Order: sequence, then structure tokens, then C-alpha cells
Amino acid sequence: MNNRGFALYTALALVYAFLYLPIALLVIYSFNASKLVTVWGGFSTKWYGELLQDHQVLDAAWLSLKIAFVNACLATGLGTLAAVVLVRFKRFSGRALFTGMVSAPLVMPEIITGLALLLLFVGMENLLGWPDGRSMTTIVIAHVTFSLSFVTVVVRSRLSQMDRSLEEAAMDLGARPLTVFMKITLPIIAPALAAGWLLAFTLSVDDVVISAFVSGPGATPLPIVIFSKVRLGVSPEINALATIVVALVALAIAVAGRVMMSKEKPGG
Amino acid sequence: MAQASVKREVVAPWNDPQAVPLIRFEGISKRFGDFTAVEHVDLAIHKGEFFSLLGASGCGKTTLLRILAGFETPTTGRILIDGQDVTGVPPYERPVNMMFQSYALFPHMSVADNIAFGLKQDGLPKTVIRDKVAAALDLVQMGRFSGRKPHQLSGGQRQRVALARCLAKEPKVVLLDEPLAALDKKLREATQLELVNIQDRVGITFVMVTHDQGEAMTMSSRIGVMNAGRIEQVGGPVDIYEYPGTRFVADFIGAANMFQGTAREGEGALAVACPELEHDLSVTDAGTVAGGTPVTVMVRPEKVMIGRDKPQAGLNWAEGVVSDIAYLGDVSIYHVRLASGRKVQALRTNLHHGDDSRLTWEDPVFLAWHPADSLVLTR
Repeated sequence: MNNRGFALYTALALVYAFLYLPIALLVIYSFNASKLVTVWGGFSTKWYGELLQDHQVLDAAWLSLKIAFVNACLATGLGTLAAVVLVRFKRFSGRALFTGMVSAPLVMPEIITGLALLLLFVGMENLLGWPDGRSMTTIVIAHVTFSLSFVTVVVRSRLSQMDRSLEEAAMDLGARPLTVFMKITLPIIAPALAAGWLLAFTLSVDDVVISAFVSGPGATPLPIVIFSKVRLGVSPEINALATIVVALVALAIAVAGRVMMSKEKPGG
Repeated sequence: MAQASVKREVVAPWNDPQAVPLIRFEGISKRFGDFTAVEHVDLAIHKGEFFSLLGASGCGKTTLLRILAGFETPTTGRILIDGQDVTGVPPYERPVNMMFQSYALFPHMSVADNIAFGLKQDGLPKTVIRDKVAAALDLVQMGRFSGRKPHQLSGGQRQRVALARCLAKEPKVVLLDEPLAALDKKLREATQLELVNIQDRVGITFVMVTHDQGEAMTMSSRIGVMNAGRIEQVGGPVDIYEYPGTRFVADFIGAANMFQGTAREGEGALAVACPELEHDLSVTDAGTVAGGTPVTVMVRPEKVMIGRDKPQAGLNWAEGVVSDIAYLGDVSIYHVRLASGRKVQALRTNLHHGDDSRLTWEDPVFLAWHPADSLVLTR
């Protein structure tokens, strides 16, 4: 290896270390036998065992998955509709406003979104009696508001690359607009829908800030539980939990990447 | 310019005032904002025709085709297909099928499913669909490929599948948007004649949009030459080449020598005085042109004879020197500079190997053409 190559590989290693060393340490310490997080006491998987006994954490994890699933489905549906409107309908009054509003949650500070939603829910509860306290419903609504923007971005880019004449050809062959959408448009943009769904799912599982505002005593998703546990001192059990979360997220991203890659293949 | 070698019945319903056209454009205009894409087009296309809309890009030919398919609504005017006003009818209810320039094959469906798509929309029974798909694939000799996906096909094969998909529904009209533009030259020339053969066999009216005049001349029964949203001239390939109606058509179709001049008073053949030429030009069959009218005389390069000897009397002629030679193998095009500085093109077929009499640069030459081989244009 020449000097130039050596320098390049060193730089690469440093960047990877910068990005992934903290996560690697976390994963390594999840197998720590010692009760003290910062002192290595030999290899053990006992924290994973203890984690499985912890009903608070397991319930929170199950709730988080349910929320993420419902959120991903709703966000994909609504986000796709928004993307279709933005790409296919070039002129309608309020289009510029709609474009801005759809992408606003991408740049809106989460703490403001969370606070605003909390105020809305409390106000609605006082006026209408719904929603009844903070529950899974309020968390799902809150998550859909921001994750649908991400779905819209992904689907919109796929849709605008799609050859418009495919839809025209289908219509020309006698298919009504709804049939065209179901039989032609949807299958062609399906990879983007899948990617958007996975993105929305991951965003929901990850979210702390907004969830902190709109969750309540009866419905506490996993990140909130972790956060409150950490405040009482980091236990290796949390490391074990974090390792599982990292593994799941990595898997989801790998699948999303695969799906997006497959759409790049020549498709005529 | 090759003429179709396909033998066709010489029927010309457009010359019969009693004939009822299949497609009628009546005063069709299309404006996009301030831009007028199509301006007051009246056009009649008859059953069984292979009609081409020919023009440069942006002349409105594709817009006109899309209006016929139903993808654009005309700003004014109406369209009739087989006597029925289809102006407001959506594309999925029109008896026309279009072959797109990109072919628009559905990438997630096999070749057979692509062709079956339109038939399924009509709610036909499965067995009928299967037979029709097989027949359509046989017609374009693609039967072996029915299970393939579009991305597993070559450009020429995709083109065939797209055509089969149009024909499978047996529409009254098939629309072709630059059908051969994506193919390479050899394949394009072979496909031109094949497309005409298929059209002849199925007997469906074809309307094609193209910017390639060779393609239009080879394939069409009639051609509508378009310019800036208007139809300049409608006629058979021979008509628009030999008897262009306007300067635009004369210039757009093939090459033309055009001389500006003024008509002289007189009987018989029209005499035209051209400042660029030393002698008056004589044009027979020029119709009635009043003396003093500014006119353009057009003569095609292949009608201009070029040689070292002074031409016989009775011909239009001019003297000059060869300034440029374009040797194209089968023919050579000579650019001859006259005393006035005007350049005139003459085309000569290279009949023999190693022709010693071949003209070369700066040779003094005579140009000559028959009065019946030129044309007077007033528009």
C-alpha cells in the first residue's frame, strides 16, 4: 500500500470510528457482567435475561411497535395522496401553500410540534371531550403529522420520475382513472411506498421529544421509558435494550435500502 | 427518397366528394396560456388511410395527435370519429389506441399481460383474451417472447409489442407518435415497410406523427405538412414533393432551389424575371399569374441537369462554376456559383465507376432544366 492509500484508509477508519465507536461501546458493554456500566467485569448475557423479565420495558416496546405500525400505515396512505396531488395536479388554488405545509414538519423543531400538539389535545379535550387524556391515539396522531412529510418526499420523487405516458397508455387502452392508479401507478411506485412505510416506522420508534409531550401515564412508548430510566442512572439493562433497538433499526434500514435498490434496476 | 415498394390498391377516397371521412377535425385550436400550439385545423382522414402529420419539433403535430387520443381538450372546434362527436369523450372511451414514442410498456407486466391489459378493460372472457393476445403477438412475430418483461427486450422488440398492444383492441384508429424514432437506421428502414404491410393487412386507419420526411414519404397514403400550428398542405407523397403549395413546404420537403422574381405579362408559359439570373425563367402550367406579381420559382436539384456543353434551346439555363461537391456515393450534389454570386444545387447520379468526365472544383459548367420541371409559388 502506498502512502496516499494509507492516508485515505486512515481517514476512512477515523470517520467510521467517530460515527460508530459510541454505538460499538454500547453494544460491547451490554454484554458486561459488572453492574457498573463503565467497568468491564467479564462477558455475560444476563442483562438480556433481566430485560425479558422487565414488564414495564416489554409493554413499552410492544406499545411502541403498535404505534409505529399504525403510524406507518396511516402516514404512507396520507403521504402518498399528498405526493400524488403535488406531482399530478399542477394547478389548483393554494398549491404553493399546500407544498409548504406538507414539508413544514421536516424543518419544524420537534419541541414546538410536540408542544403545539399537546396544547391542541388539551384544548380539544376541554371543548369536545376528545381525546380522552393522553393515549396511544394521541401519540399516533402526533407521529403521523411529521412522518407523513417524509413519506411524501420519498413517494413524490419516485412519482415525478415515473414516465407519465404509462398512465396515459393505460387510459388509452380503456382503463378508468381509478383502475390506472391501482393497476399501473401503484405497482410502479410500490418500492417508494415500502421505503416510506419503513421510514415512518423507524421515525416513530425513535421519537422521544414529541412522544414526551403527547404520551400519558397509561401509554408510555419505549424511548420515553428508556429516557426516564437513564435519568435514574444508566444500568447495563438499558445497554442491552439499546443494542436490540440498534439491531432492529439497522435491519429496517437495510431492508429499505434493498427495496430502494431493486427499483433502480432497468424497468423499461 | 424511396417510395414504398409495398403494392397498395390505388384508392383515393379523399378525391371523392361523396366519401364520408372517418376522422374529422373541425376548426381545432389549442392554446396553452399565451402559446398557440394548434391553430384552426380542418382535416379529414378516411378509413384505411395511413396518414402522417409531418413537421419540425414544436409545430403542433403531437398536440394534434394527443387531441385525437383525448389527452388534450381543444380550446375551440370539435372532432368527429365515425360520425360521432368525441370532443368531450375521455381517452378510455374513444375507439382509438395510441403507440407512444417511449412505447410506454408497463414495466411490471409481461409482454402477454401488456397486450391483455386493454382487452381486460373491456371485460372479455379469458379464453377470448388469450386468443386475441396470441393473434396480436403472431401479427408482429413476437409469439416466442410472450413471457418476457419489457426490460428483457431489445428496442425493436419493444416497438413490436407496443404495436401489438394497440392493435389487439381492434380500434377504429391507431395513433403512432414517432413510432420509429428510437430505432437505429437499418432497423428503422426495415420496420417502415413492415408497419405499412401490417396496416395493409389489418385494414385499420393509422395516423402517424413524424419529423422524418423520408419516413412520412415511404409509409403514408397522405401527408399533412404542419408549420407553426397550422396545416400547410395535405397531399400524397408525390404531391407534396413535386407540387408543394407553399414556399415552406417546398423548402421543408427535400432540397429546393428557389429564385425570387417577378412575373411578366404574356400568353402560354409564364416568364419570370429573376435578378439573380441572366435569362428569364420559363415555367409551364403555372396557372394564371398576373404580370408584375412577385413570385418564387422552385426547381428540385435532381431536375437540374449539369454539364460542360451549352444546353439545347427551350430549356431554362444558367452558367457558373462548381464551388462545392458533396459526394454521397450513389449521387453527388454540385453547388454551382453563378455570376451573380447565387449558388444553385444540381444532383447527378454516379452511374459509372471511375467516370473521367466527372466534374471537379472550379470547372465552368452549364445548368439546365425543363420549363415543366419547375414550379411557381406565390405563397
